[in-house]
Amino acid sequence: MKQDIILAGVGGQGILSIAFVIDNAALKEGYNFKQAEVHGMAQRGGAVQSHLRISSDPIYSDLIPKGGADMILSVEPLECLRYLDYLSVKGIIVTSQSPFVNIPNYPDIEKVLSEIRAQEKRVLVDSEKLAKEAGSPRAQNMVMLGAASPHLALKDENLKELIRVLFEPRGEKLIEMNLKAFELGRNAAM
Amino acid sequence: MKQEVLLGDEAVALGAIHAGLSGGYSYPGTPASEIMEYLIRASDGGKRFVASWSVNEKVAYEEALGVSYAGKRALVSMKHVGLNVAADPFMNSAITGANGGLVVVVADDPGMHSSQNEQDSRYFAQFAQIFCFEPCNHQEAYDMTRKAFDLSENLGIPVLIRMVTRLSHSRSRVEPRPPREQNPIKYGEGKDWILLPVNARRQFRLLVEKQGQLIKASNESEFNSLLINTDHTELGIIASGIAHNYVLENYTDETQRPSILKITTYPLPESLIKDLVKHVDTVLVVEEGYPFIEKNLMGIFGIVGKDIRGKLSGHLPSTGELSPETVRQGLEMEPLPKRQIKDFPMAARPPQLCQGCSHADTYRALNEALGSYPQSNVFSDIGCYTLGALPPYNAIQSCVCMGASVSMAKGGAEAGVYPSVAVIGDSTFAHSGLTPLLDAAAKDTNMTVLILDNATVAMTGGQPTFLSGEKLERVIEGLGVEKKHIRTIIPLPKNHETNVQIMKEELDHKGLSVIIASRECVQQARRKKRSEAE
Repeated sequence: MKQDIILAGVGGQGILSIAFVIDNAALKEGYNFKQAEVHGMAQRGGAVQSHLRISSDPIYSDLIPKGGADMILSVEPLECLRYLDYLSVKGIIVTSQSPFVNIPNYPDIEKVLSEIRAQEKRVLVDSEKLAKEAGSPRAQNMVMLGAASPHLALKDENLKELIRVLFEPRGEKLIEMNLKAFELGRNAAM
Repeated sequence: MKQEVLLGDEAVALGAIHAGLSGGYSYPGTPASEIMEYLIRASDGGKRFVASWSVNEKVAYEEALGVSYAGKRALVSMKHVGLNVAADPFMNSAITGANGGLVVVVADDPGMHSSQNEQDSRYFAQFAQIFCFEPCNHQEAYDMTRKAFDLSENLGIPVLIRMVTRLSHSRSRVEPRPPREQNPIKYGEGKDWILLPVNARRQFRLLVEKQGQLIKASNESEFNSLLINTDHTELGIIASGIAHNYVLENYTDETQRPSILKITTYPLPESLIKDLVKHVDTVLVVEEGYPFIEKNLMGIFGIVGKDIRGKLSGHLPSTGELSPETVRQGLEMEPLPKRQIKDFPMAARPPQLCQGCSHADTYRALNEALGSYPQSNVFSDIGCYTLGALPPYNAIQSCVCMGASVSMAKGGAEAGVYPSVAVIGDSTFAHSGLTPLLDAAAKDTNMTVLILDNATVAMTGGQPTFLSGEKLERVIEGLGVEKKHIRTIIPLPKNHETNVQIMKEELDHKGLSVIIASRECVQQARRKKRSEAE
């Protein structure tokens, strides 16, 4: 088993929380993993990405080769396109369709979405709407994790357990909200 | 022992703890900050060992050196440019030697993700003539740190560990081993540590004489490996640190691998290199950073009858960070097929100041205050406020190194720049701004220093600052700045007119002024609120 995932989004959207859940679920299931993240200057409202690799074999590079990713999992549609050249010809795109506009030259959203729709194997989810339905627009990351879950090589029960672990310090209400976000994302993508 | 999920930086920190660390010191800087963050969390408030942020890297280095002098194990960590600041004690500690194990962890930033250059710390290790490790994965980061302490004590020298961003900020599993006890106290001997010429000459000769031992340790290191493919004599690869990963990544079929020498120790393992070069016609050197190994191999004349390839030959890019695909190109393999988009106007999304950031209000006021002068210059410094270079602010004209804003504003003013403004954060000011301000105060230079006091080291994640609020004001006064020209503003939109007015008054003053723009970092305020809620 080998799964290489590009996680993408904008600084502050909770990319590293998705990574935490997947990393630890992979650990629990006995897989090797490596996950390269972005810290420092680039984090401030800029484009952020994380290379996440899971495998039953040894993993060498911390970075996924261009053309090597099995999935792009993006919390923002423009950010999904930014890393498209990492995706293998057989890979799948799981992305939010809700734009995060914090730059003056954000392209026409319809053009962004039609570019994504022109790609083979893609799942688009209205993460903003679903996150609000779950209780907070900040839960878009867990909506997208849920949307990706049918295509991940990890068990749903483990992903959900790690969502619990992640939000444990913030109280039961937040745990429930994020689990709901996960479910809504999963149902929307099925 | 239980497996841990750790960042590369954290693997180094855990290795140091398990090696019997007594004191760790650092100044925040990407990509090295997480080493000290981990040490502080693990130190149990200093009960297990000392783990502390220092005012700058030179101070951190000297504090660690003091621990080593006392016979105990010490670690000092910093980003690559931090070693420039600590270069004086670093170079001289190679002459004094280490008493307790002294490990210097330097995280380089190839590709300049969060830095102003991509200098390669292997040159510093060579310059000081000490031993250097370059781990290629998390387990090695842990194991090599432990080994580095032993080696430092056995050879009596500091040992450098060269990290790079990709390993520092990548997360993976680490298998720890049972920890070792801390050393008992044992003072250093004066003849080693008093670097008067009479002692220093002897100590330096000892260091030079040790070089053979260092090369031997490198040749025999369990972390290096030479795998000769007896079926192939065409190509051999020398790969160091994480570059080794990129090579293996491109040979999914193990039987197709050419002869590969993995190097993770310096000085270079000369006998291993000779064995590889002897076996093949072409050598490709793959290394992250400058062409350090390649240059050593080539010398001036090259190696007769051998084709040496790498960054100098143009087979690999000579600047920036390596990647699986650039190494693939260097190996002359076909690129992997990948997805493409045609004619899509991809928009860059650069980092920016946070919503509600105090620096934004300060820059809006400064731009307006400077608007009434025909020309002006704002010398800036290292921190979040460097983002004032970007639109919509376009507020600064320089960013060079820690503290340079103040010294450059003085030099600029003396060359005729008016208004000459320095913009510096509270922590950067404590790090390297105090001394140039003392200089400017002594001459009452016609310049204005704007200290952006947000009460934290913001860019690197909110570490504590040494100089903020009232203490900051008292220190500035103590440096000799005239009290009536030390002004404080609160950078908020509602104070805009007042702030512009104060700035204009001080810009007009023919002499030195300091304006402190005081408001807490919004990220830090959020973090505080969250930790109170938990």
